[in-house]
Amino acid sequence: MRKQVFLAMLLLIALVLSACAQATPTQAPPAGEATQPPAAGEATQPPAAGEKVTLIIESWRNDDLPIWQDVIIPAFEAKHPDIHVVFSPTAPAEYNGVLNSKLEAGTAGDLITCRPFDASLKLYEKGYLAPLNDLPGMENFTDFAKTAWSTDDLSVTFCVPMASVIHGFFYNKEAFDKLGLQEPTTWDEFYQVLDKIKADGTYIPLVMGTADMWEAATMGFQNIGPNYWKGEEGRLALIRGEAKFTDEPYIKTWQQLARWRDYLPPGFESVKYPDAQALFTLGKGAIYPTGSWEIALFEKQASFPLGIFKPPVEKAGDQCYISDHVDIALGMNAATKHPEAARTFLSWVASAEFAELYGNELPGFFPLHSTPVELKDPLAQEFVSWRNECKSTIRNSYHILSRGEPNLENELWRVSAAVINGTLTPEQAAQEIQAGLDKWYKPKQ
Amino acid sequence: MSTKPGSRAFPIHIVVFLAPAVIVYTLFMIYPLIDSLRLSFFAIGSDNREYFVGLRNYVLLFTDSNYAPRFWGALKNNIVFFLVHMLVQNPIGLLLAALLASGGWGRKFYRTVLFMPTVLSFVIIGFIWNLILSPLWGVAESILKAVGLGSLFRPWLGLESTALVTISLISVWQFVGIPMVLFYAALIGIPEELLEAARVDGATGWQVFWRIKFPLILPTVGIVGILTFVGNFNAFDLIYTIKGALAGPNFSTDIMGTLFYRTFFGQQLQLGNPTMGATVAAMMFIIILSGVLIYMFLWQRRIQAVEM
Repeated sequence: MRKQVFLAMLLLIALVLSACAQATPTQAPPAGEATQPPAAGEATQPPAAGEKVTLIIESWRNDDLPIWQDVIIPAFEAKHPDIHVVFSPTAPAEYNGVLNSKLEAGTAGDLITCRPFDASLKLYEKGYLAPLNDLPGMENFTDFAKTAWSTDDLSVTFCVPMASVIHGFFYNKEAFDKLGLQEPTTWDEFYQVLDKIKADGTYIPLVMGTADMWEAATMGFQNIGPNYWKGEEGRLALIRGEAKFTDEPYIKTWQQLARWRDYLPPGFESVKYPDAQALFTLGKGAIYPTGSWEIALFEKQASFPLGIFKPPVEKAGDQCYISDHVDIALGMNAATKHPEAARTFLSWVASAEFAELYGNELPGFFPLHSTPVELKDPLAQEFVSWRNECKSTIRNSYHILSRGEPNLENELWRVSAAVINGTLTPEQAAQEIQAGLDKWYKPKQ
Repeated sequence: MSTKPGSRAFPIHIVVFLAPAVIVYTLFMIYPLIDSLRLSFFAIGSDNREYFVGLRNYVLLFTDSNYAPRFWGALKNNIVFFLVHMLVQNPIGLLLAALLASGGWGRKFYRTVLFMPTVLSFVIIGFIWNLILSPLWGVAESILKAVGLGSLFRPWLGLESTALVTISLISVWQFVGIPMVLFYAALIGIPEELLEAARVDGATGWQVFWRIKFPLILPTVGIVGILTFVGNFNAFDLIYTIKGALAGPNFSTDIMGTLFYRTFFGQQLQLGNPTMGATVAAMMFIIILSGVLIYMFLWQRRIQAVEM
């Protein structure tokens, strides 16, 4: 009996130890090594002539996989038969976590799709992204485009800017025609339209879920907010410390989101992003708050004509602001085994040819190239035309304000979803966000 | 036994046989564990180097206005998660095992079917239940409507008040096979003559179960309890697949595993913090270790006294 008990004890200790060990990062090398970028050239092995080099692209754009595979990569490979490129995306919400651990473990791909501002800057500072100042083609981008992927003093740029995205609302034209509705421009009109759709009952007025949380922040808060905080003016005031999230513009934004609750699909609290996309493209919804990045997918899947309208303003004739967010760029893993091939690819990404291809194959991603690209997609053209009427800004949580903990972006996801769910009031949300920011952010005087 | 003591050669074969397991285990289990504990006493400075900070990470975790609410919240949620398993999964497992052990038609079939979810991947389980409970395309609502209870349907996975219990019950559904099999094995191991003697003495089925069978499987009850405890405080996958690393809504499904993941690996614009992550991992280790020690020194000893 004693023996059995002893064995049982051993077994348990083993179980506990193994269980705990699983929770610790067995694959990560000691941090000292991981944070040191390998010396240039150390891991470099120039391929023998004729040997094919394979480059792997890390990305969060899993919706774009077919276009990269069938159009963009073949166009590059036709010119560079010695380089083979593989597009290997991760789900958007998991991308950064997965990428960080891959970089730390040294298993990340050769080319890294860069989030704008602080997230990529941190990767560069840790030595995971290679500087690209001298990359041929970099001169094709304005300083504005490069700011999102440069050090604060603009001395080093570490990703090749690819595209920006514009926020707005999609709507089902068939539904609008059937119910005799017009595109709303003010908040009053917006809710009148929603009320009419709701009264009719055929369509779900506003298609969005809060289960994944980021929609509430990105497609809700950052979409409609710039009209309240006056775009760049408000964003920079936050950074300078002259404005707070507890100010009226931010409270009003959350108050609008809270009003959306009555028009969302049944059980929206557990509706996920793909559910909402499917619901809208199946023709069951009328209005879908989102951004230009949905154009390609929606045009492919929806069997009804699509329309778009800008985020509503308070009074007709008010200056409008749009979130025209520099969103996506491509950088090079500092530890890549094929820096030459990777730079060749990046140079091509910096070319006008790529901008043309990307802007038209992925309508809704607007190239940041200094040569204007002629967009063929009518919806993409309409999105871009808003730049003439409205002032552009970027999401306020991406630049500088995401450098500390608690992370502003994550917190915006959480509270914006909670405001729509009705578990936080707009005022509570504002206080929690401002308290989190105050905890670490000291504006420069 | 004929060889004289002292003249026996060093039992080198024992070392040889133990070596592979000891080496692999030390290298991949014990070393990372110790290194992770070590890491929890360090912080990474702005120059990317590690600095020894003593217990500061732990103080932050328990008191900082950013970490403390998350840590205590995750601990509380984890305890709820564990209690649901103890109160629902294990009694149901015992009931099913008792039914299976009593014999009868279809026993093997049900034993296999009930165990099946346990071997499925978390991703599949998460996906299936997301679909079943979906307010848009789920069958849960139609089933409730069919029996006239449609008004009871809620988007359980999305509400702060119900999300954690719902996920716990999904996990119960997945893992009920494990206590069932363990209890079943213990129950069929009970000598038939004991049960016969009881019946001859006129005991009812109820009395036989509670007076004879249950006391005899008490050691298994302990094992099941501690396995549940260890499994639940290490849980992560199911919540991650259903709710993501932010464990929404409003952190209502955040448990130790998701807190660890978020802290260590980061999330969206938040970069990972390996040293704080190691601190969370160390707390998980301490919680699990204390649970196991309580089990070994209180439960096991008493059981031993009963058995002897």
